[in-house]
Order: sequence, then C-alpha cells, then structure tokens
Amino acid sequence: MPRLKTRLNNLSHLFLPLSVLVILIIINLIKGADYFRITMVNGAFYGNIPNILFGASELVILSIGMTLVTAASRGQDISIGESGAISSAIFVQYVLNAGEVTLWTILVGFLISCVAGLVIGAFNGTLVSFFNVQPMVATLILFLGGRSIAFIIDGKVSPILANEISNRIGTVIPGVPIQTPIILTVVFIAVVAVVLKTTNLRLYVEAVGINPSAARLNGINPKKIIFLTFLLMGVCSAVAGFIAVNKAGRHDSVNLLKFIMMDAILAVALGGNSLAGGKFSITGSIIGAYTIEMLNRTLLRLEVNPEAIKAFKAVFIIVLMVVASPVVRIFFKKVLDKARTIVARYSVRQTGGINKGAVSITDTTGKKGE
Amino acid sequence: MRSLNTSKAKTRLSNSNLLFMIAGIIFVLMYGFALISFPGSFMQFQTFFDLFNFNAALFIVTLGLCVVMIGGGIDISVGAVCGLVTMACAMLLESGMGNVWSALFLALGIGLAFGLMHGYLIAYLEIQPFIITLAGMFLAQGLLTTLHKEPLNVTMPAFVALRNFIIEIPWLGTVNRLGVFIPCEIKPGVIVVVVLVVLYAILMKWSRFGRNVYAVGGNRQSARMLGINVKQTIFFSYVICGLTAGISGFIFLMTTGAGNIGNGALFEMKAIASNVMGGILLNGGVGNLLGAPIGTLTLLTINELIRAAGVQSNLQAIVSGLLLYLFIVLQSVVMSLRGRSKFRLAFPSWLKARQ
Repeated sequence: MPRLKTRLNNLSHLFLPLSVLVILIIINLIKGADYFRITMVNGAFYGNIPNILFGASELVILSIGMTLVTAASRGQDISIGESGAISSAIFVQYVLNAGEVTLWTILVGFLISCVAGLVIGAFNGTLVSFFNVQPMVATLILFLGGRSIAFIIDGKVSPILANEISNRIGTVIPGVPIQTPIILTVVFIAVVAVVLKTTNLRLYVEAVGINPSAARLNGINPKKIIFLTFLLMGVCSAVAGFIAVNKAGRHDSVNLLKFIMMDAILAVALGGNSLAGGKFSITGSIIGAYTIEMLNRTLLRLEVNPEAIKAFKAVFIIVLMVVASPVVRIFFKKVLDKARTIVARYSVRQTGGINKGAVSITDTTGKKGE
Repeated sequence: MRSLNTSKAKTRLSNSNLLFMIAGIIFVLMYGFALISFPGSFMQFQTFFDLFNFNAALFIVTLGLCVVMIGGGIDISVGAVCGLVTMACAMLLESGMGNVWSALFLALGIGLAFGLMHGYLIAYLEIQPFIITLAGMFLAQGLLTTLHKEPLNVTMPAFVALRNFIIEIPWLGTVNRLGVFIPCEIKPGVIVVVVLVVLYAILMKWSRFGRNVYAVGGNRQSARMLGINVKQTIFFSYVICGLTAGISGFIFLMTTGAGNIGNGALFEMKAIASNVMGGILLNGGVGNLLGAPIGTLTLLTINELIRAAGVQSNLQAIVSGLLLYLFIVLQSVVMSLRGRSKFRLAFPSWLKARQ
C-alpha cells in the first residue's frame, strides 16, 4: 500500500493535464457520441483521435525540447518555429538540388537539417550560457531575423517538395495503417525516453535548473548543461521542421510553424512544469501538447466562430491556470480542513447517524476542491 | 580586489545607471553614424521628430512594459491589447454613438480591465506571468477578430480633425529647394509620449511605489522582509502596464486613423527588444526608466538606417537581428567586466587569458 501511495504521489503532477484531457473528451462525447470512431481510408486509420495525434506531432517534439530548455535555463526559447523553418529550408534545398530522390537523399537531407538545427542551437546556447543573456532575449534575435534567413535560403516563395517519398513521410506509407508523422513522433519520444533513462541528463538538468551555483559546487558545469539543452532544442526543431515541411509538401518560409512557440510554452506549463526551471516532466509536456491540439479541434468541432477561437482558448487557459494555481489549492485545502473540524465538533455532540451524512458532504466538497 | 576599488573616493555606478549609459552611448553613436552616412535625411530635424510621430504608440507600450520588467515580470499581451483598443475605439467612433472623449475612456477602460485581470491573477493567485499574459494576448486577438475583421477607417469629423492636428515649431525647420521655409511638425501623440516619460520617470525614481518595484524585482524575498507589500506592488505594476497599453492603442488610432487586425502586431517583441537595448534586464530590478525611450529610439534609428541604405527587405530583418546580437553581447561583456569574480564565470577559457 505505501508503495502504491508513493507511486501515486509521483504521478500527481500529471493530474492537471490528464484532468483537462478527460474534461475535453467528455465535452466531445456530449457533442457527439461517435467521437472515438475510426474509419479506414486507403488503408490508414482516420478519425478524431488519429487526427489529433497527426496534427500535434510537431508540437509534441518541440514541447519536449522546450521542457528541457525551460528546466535548465529557467527561460524559454521563442525562436523554435524560426529555427525549424531554417533547417527545413536547408533540407528542401538539398532534396531539390539532389536530382533523383531516393530514401538515401531524404535521410542525408534530414541529417544535414539536423546539423543546421545544432548550429542554431549552438548560437542560442552560446548567448545564454556563456554570455549570460536571458533565454528569451537571446532567442529574440533569431525570432526577428530567422524567417528572412529561411526565405533567402529558399530563394523564392515556397518551393514545392513534390516527390513520392516526402509525400509518404507526410501522409501514410502504403501497407502501414498509421500515418507516418505519428510513427516518427513515437520513435522520437522513445529515443528521448531511452536517453533520459540511461543517462544522467535528467539529474543534471534538474540540478542546474534548481540552483546553478549549487550544481557548480557539486561538479556539474551549468554552462555546459544549458548549452546542451539548447543543442537538443535545435535538433528537436529540425525534426519538427522536417515533419512539418513533409506534411505541407512545400516550404512556406513565412507561415511554417508560425507562433508555435506560444503553444509549446503552453504545453510545458499545462504539463505541470514550472516555467522558472527545476524539476520537469516530459510526460506532462507531451500530454499538454496533445491537450492543446485537442482543444483546438474541440473548438472547431463545437462550431465556434473561427474568429472567436482564440478568445475561447484564452478563457480556457485562464480558468485552467486559476484552478491549478497554488493559492487556490491552498484555499480549498483550508476550506476542507475547516469543514472537517466543524464536522468533527458536530459529531462529538450528535449521534453517529447524522455524522455519517455530514462526512459524505465533506467528501463531495473535497472532490470539488481538488 | 574590492578593497583596491574602494580606495578610490568615487562611488561606483549602479548597474542600472551603467546599462543606461551604455544604451545612451550606443544611441548617440548610432545616430552619429546615421548622420555621417546619410546627411541628407538624418540632418533634418523632421526625420528625428518623425521617429516619434509615427511610433508614438510603440514608445508608450515600451514604457508600460518597462515598469513590469523592472518588477521582474513580463507582459506579452501589450501589442494585442493595443490592437484591440484601436479597433474598439474605431467601431465606437464609426457607430456615431460616442465622441472622442468616450473613445478615450473606452481605451483606458479596456487597458485597465486587462491590467486588473493580469495583475490579480499574477500577483494574488501566483500564476506564471508568461502564461497569463499569453492568455491575455489570445483573448485580445480573439476579441479583435470577433469585433471586426476588415480595416475600419474612422470618418468622424471631430476625430479626423484630431488626427490631422499638427503642432508646428516655427523656429525649427528646413528650407527646401524652392527656398520655402518648412517648419517642423509634431503630432499630439508626441506630447503624450513626453508627458508619460516624465511622469513614469518621476514615479519610478522618487515615489514609494517605484522604489518598491525595484526592490521586488531585485529580490522578492528580501523585499518582503523589508516590509514591502510584494503582491500589491506586482499588482499595480501590471495595472499600470495595461493602462499604458490602452493609452497606446488610442495614440495608435490617432496616428493611423483606422482600426485594423494588424495593428500593434509584434509590438510586444519590439517593446522587449527596445527595453533590452535600453538596459532593462528581463530578470528584474535593474534598469532606468529613461532607458526605455532611448532603446526604442535606437531600434527605430537602426530600422530607419537600414531603410535609408536601401537594403533588400529580407536582409533588413537579418541586419537588425545582427545589431541586436551585437548590443546584447556588448551589454553582457560590460556587465561581466565589472566584477572580476563574475568575469571568470562568464567567459570561456580562451577569453580569460587577458585578466
């Protein structure tokens, strides 16, 4: 029993994203009971849930990187969309200039774009770790100039990526019932999970995020760790850019992954992570990212006026953050305690029969409080 | 090492003033460079005034954000609130129901409402400022598109008169090719900017609230131990920021005369960049409020300079990004050169040999 309890305590940070997910599913089920229906079209699964997994694939990958950056550097990278655009521009140029497109070309192009992502990450990471610039300010540079760099690499407005392999990466491979971006996302998540399980990365990042000076005294170089997280962020944005450009089939340097950093930061916060660094939960961020995509699609499904979607989203975020805020939690805890003491006093005076009823009342309030 | 420094009788500059001085020197150098390279346009006073005339709203937004940034927070909703105010005021004026004063009150009301919401949620419910102001940004953008989607030109006579109202400075101006003297013109928005800069500078420098903001931004824990009401200070800093964003929206409408979805877009990023150039750190507690207008002027001068040089539009963004990079690195180097102990921490080993 105590072991189970500690396990549940370990999962308590997932309470917020999971409860939101459940609420959204309930809303969707009220709207129409066929929410979970999955249909086969051309040998692949389509439906609401596959669409959410498909649509959120870039966001999930970016939110993983954002979680690491946030945890180590206590700040956010706001240039992720731009770095994705730049690295995917390089990928597209390589593929277009390679002549015949084979799987090998795509793979080499992908690796080159990952190197570009590493370079961008190194640029941001140098500023943040060695020059002590706040992450948001350091990444503001690329946020302002990144799209222009991507456009110059492109050389023209949105070059089209018309070949069989990228089309398959963007949609489905014949014979595989799951859309390829979902598979790529799952593979990426698995790689990250293995890295976090087998290396000390998590420990080091958390140590640096909680207290850089203490981490330094313990022999961890905070600068190296922060630099490393930015490098990983660069790779994440390159992978996200690769998926996004293959999905779209063209490289639109102005609109590719536009303003996705807002959603990624939101996913990190929804996942129960502190934006001020320290302990982090990648699982929470991933669930948070899927929640955001689900929220967007739910609003569309509820036929909300497309102009007002952002306002609804804002109201949802505010309500969510208010419910999850520490002050409100403490307040409800106090209310609960007070109710308990009142009940305890009452039960001393009264007989057991009324006491039973009173306890059940506190239980319901307690559930509301959580 | 510190004892050697203190043997000189001079008092050390505070970090705020040092960064402010750097910002000022950079601006003077920048403008001097502009004067040398493009004497034709930058020599005229009108060019300088036009920086204010057309960007009065950005100056005001930057001021409000500066207060929040000194307090250690961030408000990324300012641009969207500014845009919402322009559209709401334009609709009110176009519907014929209100006059200019009611539009002004509407602008202040919207700004105040957003400021109160942010302030309450951030200060008293202790939610992360980035997320709440992000939600505020979404809310303002959503309301803006719900209100009206197409550009809305205000045709109300009283407002058009206000929009076209120009103050001439008779003793300052240029003589054009025909030999006619053209006096310099400034718009009423510039006066609002100047008044607000003076007001905010006094507020931050000499009032109890301003000192509290610096204390809270520097170290929240010790501010509370000094008996400062931390929550109230943070609350009011956001209220001020929201109110300022409302004013800036009205000034924006006074400059352009039309409500548009794109109004105030990316103002938050420009304002953050300006504040950073002006020597106000995102960490809080450091910065001089006068740095905000100086930083904005630097940013605008850079843009103007690039435009005058006739650089391709895509290179413009890259060049301004590079200049921002240079400033940030310069600030960082100067700050770390200050304390030698920090110097060793802040640099890679290949830069350390000089000490």
